[in-house]
Amino acid sequence: MSALGIVGGVLQAALVVAGSPLLVGWMRQIRARLEGRVGAGVVQPWRDLRKLFRKEAIAPAGTSEVFRFTPLVLVGSTLVVAAAIPFVTDASALGPGADLFAVVALLAMGTATLALAGLDTGTAFGGMGASRATTIIALVEPSLLMAIFALSVPVGSTNLASIVHSALRNPAQVLSPASLLAAVALLMVTVAETGRLPVDNPSTHLELTMIHEAMVLEYSGPDLALVELSASMRLSVFLGLLASLFAPWGIATSLDPVPLGVGVVVFAAKVLVLGTAVAVGEVFVAKLRLFRVPELLAGSFLLGLLAVAASFFLSRQP
Amino acid sequence: MNLVAVGLAVATAAGVVTAVLAVVVPSRFHAAVSGIGTALVGAAGAAAGAAAVLGQPFALSLPWVLPLFGVSLEADPLGGLFVAVAGGAAATAGVYGIRPARRDSGVRATSVVMPLFAFSLLLVPVASGVGSFLALWELMALTSLVLVLTGRRRAEAVEAGRWYAVMTHLGLVAIMIGLMILVAHAGGDSFAALRAAAGSVPPAIAGTVFVLAVLGFGSKSGILPLHAWMSRAYSAAPGHAAVLMSAAMANLGVYGIVRVGFDFLDGARSDTARWWWIGALLLGAASAVYGILQAAMSSDLLRLLSFSSTENMGLILAGVGAAGLFASSGSGALAGLALVAALLHTLNHSAFKALLFQAAGSTVEATGSRDLDELGGLRPRMPGTTAAFGWGALAASALPPGTAFVSEWLLIQALIHGLGASGVASSVVLPVAVGAVALTAGLSVATFVKAFGVGFLARPRSDAASQATEAPATALVAMGLTGAACAILAVLPSLVLPGLGRVAGSLTGAAGTTVDGAVTLELSGVAGSLSPLVVGVGLLVAVVLAAGAVRALAVRRARRAARLWDCGAGPLTPRMEYTATSFAEPLQRVFDNVVAPETGVDVTHPEESNYLVELVEYRRTVPDRIERRLYRPVLALVSAWGSVGRRLASGSIHQYLAYGFFVLIGLLVALAVTR
Repeated sequence: MSALGIVGGVLQAALVVAGSPLLVGWMRQIRARLEGRVGAGVVQPWRDLRKLFRKEAIAPAGTSEVFRFTPLVLVGSTLVVAAAIPFVTDASALGPGADLFAVVALLAMGTATLALAGLDTGTAFGGMGASRATTIIALVEPSLLMAIFALSVPVGSTNLASIVHSALRNPAQVLSPASLLAAVALLMVTVAETGRLPVDNPSTHLELTMIHEAMVLEYSGPDLALVELSASMRLSVFLGLLASLFAPWGIATSLDPVPLGVGVVVFAAKVLVLGTAVAVGEVFVAKLRLFRVPELLAGSFLLGLLAVAASFFLSRQP
Repeated sequence: MNLVAVGLAVATAAGVVTAVLAVVVPSRFHAAVSGIGTALVGAAGAAAGAAAVLGQPFALSLPWVLPLFGVSLEADPLGGLFVAVAGGAAATAGVYGIRPARRDSGVRATSVVMPLFAFSLLLVPVASGVGSFLALWELMALTSLVLVLTGRRRAEAVEAGRWYAVMTHLGLVAIMIGLMILVAHAGGDSFAALRAAAGSVPPAIAGTVFVLAVLGFGSKSGILPLHAWMSRAYSAAPGHAAVLMSAAMANLGVYGIVRVGFDFLDGARSDTARWWWIGALLLGAASAVYGILQAAMSSDLLRLLSFSSTENMGLILAGVGAAGLFASSGSGALAGLALVAALLHTLNHSAFKALLFQAAGSTVEATGSRDLDELGGLRPRMPGTTAAFGWGALAASALPPGTAFVSEWLLIQALIHGLGASGVASSVVLPVAVGAVALTAGLSVATFVKAFGVGFLARPRSDAASQATEAPATALVAMGLTGAACAILAVLPSLVLPGLGRVAGSLTGAAGTTVDGAVTLELSGVAGSLSPLVVGVGLLVAVVLAAGAVRALAVRRARRAARLWDCGAGPLTPRMEYTATSFAEPLQRVFDNVVAPETGVDVTHPEESNYLVELVEYRRTVPDRIERRLYRPVLALVSAWGSVGRRLASGSIHQYLAYGFFVLIGLLVALAVTR
């Protein structure tokens, strides 16, 4: 664990906590403007969080510790991931243990905990959301791992810092067919994992369609604030991961204030651009039927498989 | 002092004395005596196995015990590892089986056979001759068969026993033929003779032996296609016997495949051998996916856990197959890594499956039901058991900071680094294997969220579940011990990895350790590192930070109890909860073509009008498709053959004498002609 990694980790975690509600606000604002509405403003998510933190906590009848601790575990696991991925600095707070598989498994652990909390309420909504969310993570996992596999082939490692270094040293690698295929596959995975359109609609409360919202229906007050915060943090973390893997330029490699400042600004800019792209894309697509989602994920798996094949066969010198 | 010899001697003495004592003590105490004795056997075995892994030599020959070939024992690191795992499993299963004298002790036969079964599990991996190995293997099969037959639900136990008896002996026949071919080739019965002749086995013989070994040993581990006995036997056997069968006996199939593949067929590391290993890898991957799919569809808690064993054994076989593939193409370091991953997963699987079967056994005992759709709400009533199952479920779903995460990570690292290791074949097979492992990991999350969330959380779905009481203290102690073992394996796998590296090195010829480091695991030979301890501690720190921030920011008021959201329509009833069946429905639809569920809906209308509905009946079963397609035709053929044969038996004694007469004449004629 280097000093750079620890400084970067703390900085990134703080940045993600502070910035991700703003990212969500920004994306909602873009959608609102494109749909011809005025919108609530970029800081509205922070206002909502402040309001929720001031309310009293509720213990719904029959729920156990699983329900109560889930928001903390969700925020905690996302914080670890935010500190571990090289967003701002090229060293990780987890040191040499920052493995891409470990990072995505930690995020999946958060989803699984939330599904348990949904089941713990014992309502039909909670169970429905949990069932749908676990179905989606079960199907996302193969495409995710295949995309990671493809990325690791030219580098020879799944260590995050190694992948970022390799892309920094050899920028042409990012534009290789394997890397582009993997990028598209990872983008589909990101959309599915963060519950955006066309997989899940973050602003729906219609029981036929909700996934994430159904699981968290019983949460209120500070618990709901934590769940909302972690959902927005997961979105920034996934977009940041895409940015770090496929456009790692601007990441600080030393502890000087100037590169660090540049790193922070560039990271925020990259996530904002990606968020804008996702928000604009969402205006033009409708939500898919739940049972059409596997087709989307199968497509993403196929792209991952093609990426692995391309990375193997195209990287071999004739 | 030779710890291996002492440990095995203590285990033998404890096993025999306990079995005798369990016969004679009053009926209130036999379970307690048997439990303590089995735990002793296990503890002594675990010590002996650990010593053998660390390199203590041990050899013993007792020519007078069995006629013709005698009994010869020898401990090496590979055998020692499996002895240690079996010992650990027997120790916790023993503690779990202790019942206070005032409780129902169960069937006496279970108590008598349990220490003998534990003892046979310890001896199979140290057998060093084909004769002794087969005899001990059969002892293990017979003792476990008796345990299955002593299950509480009579009819189910008998049916399970019949399946198990037939299939374990089919497996034995395959193993016996395979080993006998090798013995005939080597000209000696001892493992040393087989090893010496390993270099000169012709490819055709090596291939036949390998296939027979994978089929026969794989059947013990629940590998496809000979897996059908497993869910029946595990569900029917008494709780502590199921713990020992799933956590120790299933491993011995892996032991057999590794022993034959790496030790006896050493010379088969040729180009043709590669195809056998690819076959094993694909069979393992197929078993993993099929097993977890069946588990994901199952609403029966014990069946779910059994199929999860098929899944994990499939992953282990995939690791072993990958190790063989790399070894046959000369990548020693990768082969060592894949084998270490497989062995660590064996260890992890034993730990978490023992924990899960203990918790599930206590649940079934407390509620009388193993249908997840009738459980639920056990958290307030059985807090210890619920915590144990939750911890086991986290371990089984391969998520950090759980136990199986580290071994699956090692397996995936071995697979992705081997992409170009052995030509185009591996570059096609390995991505498919990674996809299968990943799908397995994803489905196991869904499976164990279902098992824990529906089975233990929420509100009770039946009267039996709402009147459940906590398991006895000894069972909780056993779960605590197993849970602690899972925790140690999860955060500090570096404690066991050097030992596993030594075992893998002795088999694949990989020099040095394959995984280094105490806190951060560093792979040697390929780039890769992971620190389960730092991830776990980081997670803990982050959760504490978040909790502190909430306390500082949020209004500090006690939590207010509130009603669940019921749309204003009055309190929700347990009938409105999601069940295991409904939870698995989306996955069932996605994998409709693979699992082929059978659903039936009957709608009864009242007499007045067809537009009104009186009663809707919905049935769904997910049959084991391989069992349907493969076993049914075979069974039908056998029974058709039987009924043809019955026509020969008319009951007339003259006719029978005539059969004997004509057969004898025929034989004599044949002999006269051929000589």
